[in-house]
Amino acid sequence: MRLYRKLFYIQKDGKANWLGALLNFFLVMGMFVAIFWLSLGVICVRLDFGALGQFWLRIWTGFWVTIGISAASLVLSLFIGILSAAGCSCSLLFIRYFCSIYVKFIRGTPLIMQIYLFFYIVGTAWGVENRFAAGVIILSLFEGAYISEIIRGSLLSMEESQLEAARAVGFTPRQTLRYVVLPQLVTRTLPALTGQFASTIKDSSLLSMIAVIELTQTIREITAVNFQMFEGYLLLGLLYLCLTLPVSFVSKRLERRFQYEN
Amino acid sequence: MKIEFQGLMKRYDEKHVVLKPMDFLDDIHTLAIIGPSGGGKSTLLRILGGLLAPTTGRVAVGGDELPTDETALQKYRKNLGFVFQQGGLFRHLSAMENIALPLEQVHGYTKQEARTRAEELLERFGLHADRKKKPGALSGGQQQRVAIARAVAARPRLLLLDEPTSALDPEYTNEVLDVIHELKSEGMDFVIVTHEMGFARHACEKVAFLCEGSLLEYGDSASLFARPKTRQLAGFLSRLLEWNVSE
Repeated sequence: MRLYRKLFYIQKDGKANWLGALLNFFLVMGMFVAIFWLSLGVICVRLDFGALGQFWLRIWTGFWVTIGISAASLVLSLFIGILSAAGCSCSLLFIRYFCSIYVKFIRGTPLIMQIYLFFYIVGTAWGVENRFAAGVIILSLFEGAYISEIIRGSLLSMEESQLEAARAVGFTPRQTLRYVVLPQLVTRTLPALTGQFASTIKDSSLLSMIAVIELTQTIREITAVNFQMFEGYLLLGLLYLCLTLPVSFVSKRLERRFQYEN
Repeated sequence: MKIEFQGLMKRYDEKHVVLKPMDFLDDIHTLAIIGPSGGGKSTLLRILGGLLAPTTGRVAVGGDELPTDETALQKYRKNLGFVFQQGGLFRHLSAMENIALPLEQVHGYTKQEARTRAEELLERFGLHADRKKKPGALSGGQQQRVAIARAVAARPRLLLLDEPTSALDPEYTNEVLDVIHELKSEGMDFVIVTHEMGFARHACEKVAFLCEGSLLEYGDSASLFARPKTRQLAGFLSRLLEWNVSE
């Protein structure tokens, strides 16, 4: 009975016994694989990944294009998000409405609609022809709205007492920003921002709709030729996990670290 | 330290008057502001500290007028030390950094000088072992001692304490009051808003009783506690003593 509790339950210290963790991890993974295998059996499909081997160079290139788009969007969307969060609390009504409408529009409509809208109407009208650049801009505008809300939320949760203490010790507004607001904002937003980056990586897959040859578009093109949809998309999922899992892991670690600090 | 108000008044809107017009002039060393909650004690202290602008009236501390423009206010605040009821320490900085950073950035100490001064104060207040801890890892009493150390680090001419023990468990209250008392014996002038009547009576030379926004009584603490002149102060004191263990 004791062994059973040790292996299958969270221990009193809130952690799992390492053997139990391993066992349960493989049990869950085994269950997923079994369900999948069974389903494949029912529809009489046999997977053959061998045929994908000849396309490895294209897949590898697509993989790196996805990383490139995500990284570029990370930088640009952070920039947009910070500007928009600042704009949302600007005393100039025009700027405030501009930022708030931007955030509401982006968060309230599907990414795929925005991609079509920006690329085929705005992009065509203003001569943005480089699909990679267009993709980065569209994705950054999309993620920027979410980042704006993350930052605005942290700004709102900044306690008045911290700002008053800053004034009491004689800090100027600039020093308050530099030594109190920014450091607290960074520790508070970093975990959520890292999580948002994982979303950016996944969301970049929709840029395949405007034929940016990133990972998803590469797989779409390959499977359109060799009809190995199942293998292609399974591999696609695995490759995205290779990117998003480490990012999520970092996000969780940051979250835990900053929880201790506060 | 000479403290002066003339026609000082604070209201948030037409109906909500926090401080009714009051005048005050005295040279004080240690002053306790007492009175029922909502009487305007903290508001008065914040105005003195340059953290809140009065609606009308003039205020002067040690001959320096309370300025109205922000740049002059920053200079005014530099010369004072302020301790809040709670949450006054910067949460992202260690005890050491909380003390050293303002010294370095506001008072022009070098990094080394700021560290030395912070170390010295932490040592004195029995916090040396905890110097690297952030406020979240310190007890309430330790946090307040760090806050007091930070407030006195740049040797301000007046220390302002806003209910420094109200948020503490009783066992931590004394360790904080002891520190304030020790500062007094070194000649540090202070104004404290407090509910600790024993401290107000025995450790502060003067006491001001603030009730519903008015300064109803002011005088030497011994006589003010022994012979309250207004029924409000008499009532306030008797309510506080109702459950007093020594009675």
